Amino acid sequence: MKLITAVIRPERLSQVKQALFHIGVTGVTLSRVSGHGGEREILEHYRGTQVRLEFHEKIKLEIAVSDAFVDRTVQAISSAARTGEVGDGKIFVQALEHVYRIRTGEADGEALTPVNTPKEGY
Amino acid sequence: MRRLLVMVMLLGSSAALAQSSTPKIDTGDTAFMILCSALVLLMTPGLAFFYGGLVRSRTVLNTMMMSFVAMGVVALLWAVLGYTLAFGGGGNAFIGGLEHLGLNDLEGSSVTGTIPSYVFFIFQLTFAVITPAIISGSLVDRMKFGSYVLFIALWSLLIYSPLAHMVWSEGGFWYKHGLLDFAGGTVIEVATGTAGLVAAMVLGKRSSGTLRVAVPHNIPFVLLGMGLLWFGWLGFNAGSALAANAVAAAALVGTVLAPAAAMCMWLLWEVQRGQKPSAVGAATGAVVGMVAITPACGYVSPMASIWIGLLASSASFWVVQIKYRINSDDALDVFACHGVAGFMGVLLTGVFASSKINPSITGGLLEGNPAQLLIQLEGALFAVAFVGVGTFVLMHLVRMLLGLRVTAHQESQGLDLSSHAEEGYTSGDFGFVGKEAGSIDSPVILNAND
Repeated sequence: MKLITAVIRPERLSQVKQALFHIGVTGVTLSRVSGHGGEREILEHYRGTQVRLEFHEKIKLEIAVSDAFVDRTVQAISSAARTGEVGDGKIFVQALEHVYRIRTGEADGEALTPVNTPKEGY
Repeated sequence: MRRLLVMVMLLGSSAALAQSSTPKIDTGDTAFMILCSALVLLMTPGLAFFYGGLVRSRTVLNTMMMSFVAMGVVALLWAVLGYTLAFGGGGNAFIGGLEHLGLNDLEGSSVTGTIPSYVFFIFQLTFAVITPAIISGSLVDRMKFGSYVLFIALWSLLIYSPLAHMVWSEGGFWYKHGLLDFAGGTVIEVATGTAGLVAAMVLGKRSSGTLRVAVPHNIPFVLLGMGLLWFGWLGFNAGSALAANAVAAAALVGTVLAPAAAMCMWLLWEVQRGQKPSAVGAATGAVVGMVAITPACGYVSPMASIWIGLLASSASFWVVQIKYRINSDDALDVFACHGVAGFMGVLLTGVFASSKINPSITGGLLEGNPAQLLIQLEGALFAVAFVGVGTFVLMHLVRMLLGLRVTAHQESQGLDLSSHAEEGYTSGDFGFVGKEAGSIDSPVILNAND
């Protein structure tokens, strides 16, 4: 089991979501974050005041998957999130000790099996 | 406005001035018209809030600026050239002459009707300003700001001024033909609705990514904007009598009752379709009522204005429901709300116009004058054709000169940052003010080997 953390552009979220659902990964937690990578700062002007924004808005996705799903999840995220410009984001893959589903008490692999199998042809 | 303008324009033109006894300024009319000008001016900020609330938060400033910039650009153009092209003497049936170029001959004791000519000029300026701003609703969230400004500048001079001349000026073609348009059903509403539809078609749809997140970001703004529009519209319609008199009073009543009826009707249609009565629906319905009563107020009875509100609201509601079949990304429904409701209003003026309300006219269909309905239909169709073709040509011209659309990246980022270097709702917590060098001024790129 791995915990996949992806930091992506907000404007690519809907494509990434579609790509994940397409491969049957539907368990996703997301948060709005601000981050700094290789992107240049944004300059804003309010009357005479120049404001520098060094931290860019990003979306952070956290996805726990069983080992069989790691590669295709990473693949789905990176192809859907890519624009080719600096600032497309990062994907981190970490080992995961345990997962529990609160409702049933199922653990690990069973806890990661989706409740609703994706529809045919989705 | 038109029947009164017979008198107004006669007195206004210098030839008539020589013949008539000295025109007198009526202080009551003048005070009323100055206040009405202020009311109408406030409609453009109202429109900015109405539209601003309907777009996503990353494009709110750009959307609102599309209205506000008209208060700068169009106001200037109107003073220098637009006013005389609409109301200047010495022109033909389709466009005014250059008599009042740069406001020449309007100074001091110049009188239009019973008010100083400067007041008439400013009242008309507030109409000229809001009209192109209405079109912006079709174009939001993808158009270059500079291209938009050029477009509305050209549109105002080459489409609005001639149309205003034809419908409202003494020598104008539709004026002489007997078209009834009290406050701008053809000149403003049918014109903007048509222009919105055609301009959006030339501009192209928003990207699929933008469309997915195109949700109204601040509905309280929409309601605030509707309220300001309604407030200002009282001056827009009542002031189109150009005098504080009984016709202005009739227009005032219609401008309250038609939007009230239209709002109720829109909410009822929503409920009838199994939806909830929505706040955006209430705001939209009320605006549709204001649009529809614009050509009719000053000619129709209070009960007729209620019918106009009910009918126009129903027509607009159903056009909005099938808008996805129209191959034009008219983002904020300018066509359905202004074009369709305006067209309905112009036609229904020909049905309900009453000589009891306005003794200067013959009356419409219900008073046994079916010919009026035909004139109304011809006038509205002419406005559609003239504005449609003109807008199509101007949009292509602007595309050739400046291009029309922002880049795909700018669009997905939202237009506030790329077009204005501002955000409506700043993420300033993470920014800093000042000239001190940020780390990214000289970005440090680390190699894996370092």
